[in-house]
Amino acid sequence: MSQEGKVDCGRRRLIVATAAVGGAGMVTAMVPFLSSMLPSERAKAAGAPVEVDVGNLAPGQLMTVEWRGKPVWIFNRSPEMLETLPKLESAVADPKSEVKQQPEYCKNATRSIKPNMLVAIGICTHLGCSPSSKFKKGAEDGMPADWQGGFLCPCHGSTFDFAGRVFKSKPAPTNLEIPPHTYLSDTRILIGEDRKGA
Amino acid sequence: MASNSGYEKYKSDGSLLGNVLEWFDARFPATSLWRGHLAEYYAPKNFNFWYFFGSLAIVVLAIQLTTGIFLVMFYKPDAALNANGVPAAFASVEYIMRDVNWGWLIRYMHSTGASAFFIVVYLHMFRGMLYGSYRKPRELIWVFGVLIFLVLMAEAFMGYLLPWGQMSFWGAQVIVNLFSAIPLIGDPLSLWIRGDYVIGDATLNRFFSFHVIAVPLALLGLVAAHVMALHEVGSNNPDGIEIKEHLDEKGIPLDGVPFHPYYTVKDIVGVVVFAIVFAGVVFFAPEGGGYFLEYNNFFPADPLKTPPHIAPVWYFTPFYSILRAVVWPIFGIDAKFWGVVAMGASVMIIAFLPWLDRSPAKSIRYRGPIYKSFLAVFVVAFLTLGYLGTQPPSPASELISQICSLIYFGFFLAMPWYSKIDKCKPVPERVTF
Repeated sequence: MSQEGKVDCGRRRLIVATAAVGGAGMVTAMVPFLSSMLPSERAKAAGAPVEVDVGNLAPGQLMTVEWRGKPVWIFNRSPEMLETLPKLESAVADPKSEVKQQPEYCKNATRSIKPNMLVAIGICTHLGCSPSSKFKKGAEDGMPADWQGGFLCPCHGSTFDFAGRVFKSKPAPTNLEIPPHTYLSDTRILIGEDRKGA
Repeated sequence: MASNSGYEKYKSDGSLLGNVLEWFDARFPATSLWRGHLAEYYAPKNFNFWYFFGSLAIVVLAIQLTTGIFLVMFYKPDAALNANGVPAAFASVEYIMRDVNWGWLIRYMHSTGASAFFIVVYLHMFRGMLYGSYRKPRELIWVFGVLIFLVLMAEAFMGYLLPWGQMSFWGAQVIVNLFSAIPLIGDPLSLWIRGDYVIGDATLNRFFSFHVIAVPLALLGLVAAHVMALHEVGSNNPDGIEIKEHLDEKGIPLDGVPFHPYYTVKDIVGVVVFAIVFAGVVFFAPEGGGYFLEYNNFFPADPLKTPPHIAPVWYFTPFYSILRAVVWPIFGIDAKFWGVVAMGASVMIIAFLPWLDRSPAKSIRYRGPIYKSFLAVFVVAFLTLGYLGTQPPSPASELISQICSLIYFGFFLAMPWYSKIDKCKPVPERVTF
């Protein structure tokens, strides 16, 4: 065809059409491979709720349980710790918990169902490290002198108060996430399900 | 008979070996490959110390491939806990270190090799910047090189997850979460990368697959393209001038010498010196003072507890510091997204050097004081970023890394201006040595 310098347009259209169909086929063939990398059915099925007995958790104590592979903190805040929360309203980025990082029943001043008992996912909302406890007031733990107590993420220095509210001008964009949870009795918490709600 | 590459085909002298070679060469471009890439590849005769690192990079690649093949025989990519309550992947690395014959040597060669790879590649890249090796007609060599650097970072990052220690786990957690910073597609994207809602067995297995198959294949292909592009246009040299502009009557560069035997022999000297240093580290300081193997990685991965201080391995720290330096939201999008953008840009911008540099001289030898000062400040800023990336965050280090990030980008972005106004010395006609 090109020997005489002429292009056979019919044939060229056929070549283009063949290439287009072949290309579409190639793209379609990628779908099974790419979607094989999504969470498997087994991974999706895992993540059953976890039941925890908090009867032995003294005021000021924090325990960590695993739910869906993530650390969940159950933190029995002492009255002194709770007193710091209203004082920090102007220092934290989202004092009223406007960003939906908690179930509706935890959108309150203490971000909890029972005022003292904080249930939060211990994963920094910046890049997923687990913040460490810095419960002592002041500069004792290597914190600033006006530190009221809370959590410090070791990776990039985000700080959170005793309700998991992030302080202003820190890398973490939002407050710590509160998972859905329910009180089965006074001392037994079911994490991962909110069948009774508030 | 001339082959289509222009080299004469091998002619037998009538001996049996000669006949076999003639038969082979008629069916495979053996002669043209040998002559085109080694015996008649003319390299400038003024190569200096800085020209060792290209061949050393190939040596380290060979070390990594060889030791890697043997490690895969004993390593298990399995995050499940064994009977002793230790993740199987972590236990299999301990098994290699303690029970496999010479396993400790093979593994330390591989882990030291990773750091050696980056030392060699960083010096190789710096050589390119010193002598303007990225300038026309070698832009494509440079671009392939930056792609090799990117692929190498992916290879190192995924390999670092495999021992399934605390740093493996939390490092991967942070880096994979970086992708979730991208608006709209971020969360599904990081879920797709992990294959689970958290870093887990699915992530470990796919990183293993990428680390031992997919990424090395891409790396080998890019290295081949890098060398082919180099041999197409010829090597630069410390004077930054073209040896092809002065040819003898046979068309051979007057300032060139055949790569083999001249530079093969010279490079062997470099390999011997490298091997001495490498063996010294492998035998006497395999942990590299906590920089080659981080101490926290001797603890098995614990998804519930982040180590008090996590930092990437040293070769990522300059870019990690740039990531951390961005702390302000812009256009209503999180600072975290812009940190990721800045980190990505800090690597990609290197690829644009050939088009940013407008200096009349390629080599640092003939460049003026402005470029030399900018390069010196750039090197200091890069090393400072690297150091700060290994340290815990603090307000002072945040400010310093912000300044150094500005210097880093400024070096590149202001280059079209300052490289043009610089007062260069006259460039010689022929190479000096």
